[in-house]
Amino acid sequence: MFKELFRKQRKYATIPSEQAKKEIPEGIMQKCPSCGTILIAKELEKNLKVCKSCGYHFPMSAPERIGSIVDVGRFFEYDAELLSEDPLSFPDYTKKLKQDQEKTKLNEAVVTGEGTIGGYPAVIGVMDSRFRMGSMGSVVGEKIARAAERATTKRYPFILFCASGGARMQEGVLSLMQMAKTSAALEKMNREKVLFVSVLTNPTTGGVSASFASLGDINIAEPGALIGFAGRRVIEQTVRQKLPDDFQTAEFLLKHGQLDMVVSRLELRDTLIKILEFHA
Amino acid sequence: MTNGYLPFEKPLIELRDKIVELKKFTEEKAIDLSEEIATLEKKAEKLEKEIYGNLTTWQKVQIARHTSRPTTLFYIRSIFTDFMEMHGDRLYGDDPAIIGGIAKLDGRPVTVIGHERGTDTKDKIARNFGLPHPEGYRKALRLMQQANKFGRPIITFIDTQGAYPGIEAEERGQSEAIARNLREMAGFSVPIICVVTGEGGSGGALGIGVGNRLLMLEHAYYSVISPEGAAAILWRDASKAQQAAEALKITSADLKSLGVIDEIVPEPKGGAHRNPDQQAAYIKKAIVKHLNSLLKLTPEELVEDRYQKYARIGRYLEPASKGSR
Repeated sequence: MFKELFRKQRKYATIPSEQAKKEIPEGIMQKCPSCGTILIAKELEKNLKVCKSCGYHFPMSAPERIGSIVDVGRFFEYDAELLSEDPLSFPDYTKKLKQDQEKTKLNEAVVTGEGTIGGYPAVIGVMDSRFRMGSMGSVVGEKIARAAERATTKRYPFILFCASGGARMQEGVLSLMQMAKTSAALEKMNREKVLFVSVLTNPTTGGVSASFASLGDINIAEPGALIGFAGRRVIEQTVRQKLPDDFQTAEFLLKHGQLDMVVSRLELRDTLIKILEFHA
Repeated sequence: MTNGYLPFEKPLIELRDKIVELKKFTEEKAIDLSEEIATLEKKAEKLEKEIYGNLTTWQKVQIARHTSRPTTLFYIRSIFTDFMEMHGDRLYGDDPAIIGGIAKLDGRPVTVIGHERGTDTKDKIARNFGLPHPEGYRKALRLMQQANKFGRPIITFIDTQGAYPGIEAEERGQSEAIARNLREMAGFSVPIICVVTGEGGSGGALGIGVGNRLLMLEHAYYSVISPEGAAAILWRDASKAQQAAEALKITSADLKSLGVIDEIVPEPKGGAHRNPDQQAAYIKKAIVKHLNSLLKLTPEELVEDRYQKYARIGRYLEPASKGSR
């Protein structure tokens, strides 16, 4: 069984992101949406999908993220078999889930498991914004809560990479309640004095930012990541004034005291290893 | 006469007006119309049952949003005695969109907290229509910590469209304020009872809504997103809010069947605003009942009871698991 998981992990690192597929049919070049530089796709992958010219962080899939953070061959997935239902019989939900499963080769919007990072054991969760915008429904909530429970039992630090548009509308109030479920699991971790590191990546908004994403003992964000509670348009309509350009970026949040640090993806693994070493 | 009535109540109101007219006529002209009146009264009764017994989701939303629907302050004053309001988060300010303090429930000290949307226009504006800023949630947290310290049960009243979507709210950490409350409420070792009295607007409602028991008024709604917001996302058309409201399954009956709430608190015919005192009595009865059962639990059991309540919520498929937990 371990061999199987081992193989799965290797496969993760090679799936090209959906965006890469779309924008460069031949998969050779990719244009940076921030500075317009044409980048060689292979080099971009090697540079952890960070633009060499301006430092723009391209979105990363869960498999890519795991490949970039966890020690090679040292990731063992939890609860991969959990599948969403359609509890409200919501229009088109089942169809959309299927589409995203085919597109991402994932069952749901979060991958959880345990592994080692720089030799330090940790429970790891990674959200994937390609799957229903990384939104949290029952499965995402359950997987994250279970990961936190295992981290508590094993006394392993829990590192969670957030990328989510918020709670999943199609599961209605059940999605909302996952905010409480995950936060309750983190409360137990907190009580048991087990380390929780939240890594906020682009985007981390709505119900996810208003629950586990903001509850790290250490909150780290990637540069330029959109992080916020309410959507920009909703705020603009409500307050009827122009919002600052950097509004709800990682840098904006850092300035307003909401984050411990903003760390480039190129230094993220080393930063996490350092943090794990402090808490070993 | 029709002031404060909702559009779908019109046929009933017209019929009632007619009955009043006939009665007046009977008195003035000394003509016996008692038979006609009796027939109409029967008809009105039937119509009333039809209308209020089969409210659509959207009609319930309209009742939940009714301008004369009782607000938290009314309920606090009706249900509790000796209410002393406490102010401020000790960090930034005092948010009038969330009120709280200490009070007595049948003589027992408790902490009460709730969204307050305001009653008249001036009050509503001052309270930002019950849309809290981070300092509101932080005030609530401070008061709950105080309750936890002194072993007082916590009762919260939920009635908000949502947390305020504004620039300063984001700057001061709206997300963090709500998130922290969710985590801290999960850990308090006193009984927590939350009552959704009107609008349960997403994270802004949940920010004071993690309890051992979640009660909901019959016509209140609780949703992950406003019907208007969902319609805008789904069909790019906020006017399809009625459809969205149906799809989102947001009524008290929906939430009961989804296993989210523990009890539906009945409303007087036509809604809480038709008889606020009776409504307060219904709520009090439900709170007292649940509090009495929670008071039998030890502090550790209370925390575990709450943990299990939320652990159970959610629907998913789990094919026979191969791995171990």
